[in-house]
Amino acid sequence: MRLPFAWMVCLRYLREGRMQTLLILAGVTAGVAVIIFLTTLISQLQASIIDKTLGSQAHIVMKPPRAENLTILPASSTAAIVQPRAQRLRSIDQWEAVALLAAQTLGVQAVSPILSGAGFAARAEANQPISLLGVDPQAYQRIVRMDKYLTAGRFDVSGANTVIGVELAKDLGVTVGDKVRIITMDGTNDLLTIAGIFDIGNRDLNRRWVYSSIKMAQSLLDLPGGITQIDLRVTDLFQAERSALELQAQTGLTVESWMQTNAQLLTALKSQSMSNNLIRLFVVLIVAVGIASVLVVSVVQKQKEIGILRAMGATPSRVMSVFLMQGGFYGLLGSVLGSALSLALLNFFSRVSRNADGTLLISPDIEPSVVAWACALALVVGLLAAALPARRAASMDPVQAIRS
Amino acid sequence: MSAIVELQGIRKSYGQGTPVVTEVLHGIDLSIANGEFAALTGPSGSGKSTLLNIIGLLEAPSSGRLSVDGQDTAGMSDATRTALRGRSIGFIFQFHHLLPGFSALENVMMPSIIDLGWSSDQAEKTAMQLLEQVGLKDAAHKRPSELSGGMQQRVAIARALSLSPRLILADEPTGNLDTHSADEIFELLQSVNRERQSACLIVTHDPRLAARCQRQIQIVDGQLI
Repeated sequence: MRLPFAWMVCLRYLREGRMQTLLILAGVTAGVAVIIFLTTLISQLQASIIDKTLGSQAHIVMKPPRAENLTILPASSTAAIVQPRAQRLRSIDQWEAVALLAAQTLGVQAVSPILSGAGFAARAEANQPISLLGVDPQAYQRIVRMDKYLTAGRFDVSGANTVIGVELAKDLGVTVGDKVRIITMDGTNDLLTIAGIFDIGNRDLNRRWVYSSIKMAQSLLDLPGGITQIDLRVTDLFQAERSALELQAQTGLTVESWMQTNAQLLTALKSQSMSNNLIRLFVVLIVAVGIASVLVVSVVQKQKEIGILRAMGATPSRVMSVFLMQGGFYGLLGSVLGSALSLALLNFFSRVSRNADGTLLISPDIEPSVVAWACALALVVGLLAAALPARRAASMDPVQAIRS
Repeated sequence: MSAIVELQGIRKSYGQGTPVVTEVLHGIDLSIANGEFAALTGPSGSGKSTLLNIIGLLEAPSSGRLSVDGQDTAGMSDATRTALRGRSIGFIFQFHHLLPGFSALENVMMPSIIDLGWSSDQAEKTAMQLLEQVGLKDAAHKRPSELSGGMQQRVAIARALSLSPRLILADEPTGNLDTHSADEIFELLQSVNRERQSACLIVTHDPRLAARCQRQIQIVDGQLI
């Protein structure tokens, strides 16, 4: 095989220092595998946590502003005890206009007006407190994928149909097709037919949430034409807070994003990402130091040969490229082996560990972009780590080197 | 007969910029003609090796003029000097200095690989002919460690001839060998000189060998006598 000079010498040196080459390759392989495995694992776990938490939640919720006490005199000038006002069920003013505005806001993907209030569900002697949710099924499905959570029937709330949770159905002893009476605080009530039963993975919500049409909820909660909240879904999850602030400023309503209501989840996700980055940084550093130290030793060992090559007409840049190439070789081959290893690891773990319900905890699929990034990173780290030893080799005085 | 190497007032001192400056060469004027076969002799510490390294462009003189193969080396960049060295000068060291990881053949090919940047069929053919010339055709694929001292030195000579340099510099090429092998190596150098018209400058301690050279250059305390 006819190879360029630097390649030929580089490969020969790698072969000569077989043990060193194998050890450092093992190191780079392990490093790349850890990075790919960890990144894949954490991004999958995060995606699954976000999906589980936010699957049944709107990303942004708009509600009427809180009713505040209006005092004529400044509170400090009089000795008065001001009790906070009770918040009665109120409709959002001009909600159609607000919904339209929200839909036109950048990043907002779906808008669903909802009327929600408290009530009871009763059948024979049994009755349970509920949250009645009047929704437009098509708009609401774009926020929460109800068909995904249905265990029986359809998500149909037209006319006098209702959809209830699996726990409530159990408590009331009802199933699809049965009737259930919904009573609100002022005694208004209506008999609704169960069209579907859902399980959104949260027992409390499975017991409390009862869906009806907006019209039905308006009549039961005595809020004709009214809407109590508007749910939004955004394209970029982590931009939700920004859209929320923008809408709050524009409408004067109370607008909360999931990042506020799930502040702890957000913190957990952030610290998870941070620890992942930290681990990656240290792995990269260790790999770089490993490659550099192997090459530093190799340059010292090859001192005499470097001098001979220089005497035979090899320019400093040729000598430098021999050692740079070794670093690049470690990085490149290590990343190929590391990618294979991480794939094997993911396959193994996806088989071994499963969720409580038997579904996959980890999918063995690796994002090609993650692999591409890891390989590029390993190559760059290899070259950078080799830069110092390579420069040392290139700047060697041939006479001194031969004499050594 | 034009000169392959010309030195005028070459001085070399070490430790410049420090309190102890040692001048090793005190103004050397020397000219070696094309195809000349010369011995450089002198006691140890006389500056033989330094002079050889300067002629071989491995070290730069502190002052004076040096031209090799008709080119003035003053102000040459490292890369240009290295290229000139690779093409015009062949080195033979006292301890063969072959690359241990490469076969005899690859060692002989190395100067041409360095010069071209690639190995080529032509380079392999030439290297094989050179090995044949030094009587080592059968050892072409052996590693240096598998060869005897005399054989190693013959490979080193074949390597020095690889690019048909017009000047061969040998630093005690026989210093490490028994008398019989030393004679063989010396005769090989003589035949190379005759057949290829390459000038040879041989550093040696051996007065017997020096006497067999066309010209003897003696250096004592950094000065030619």
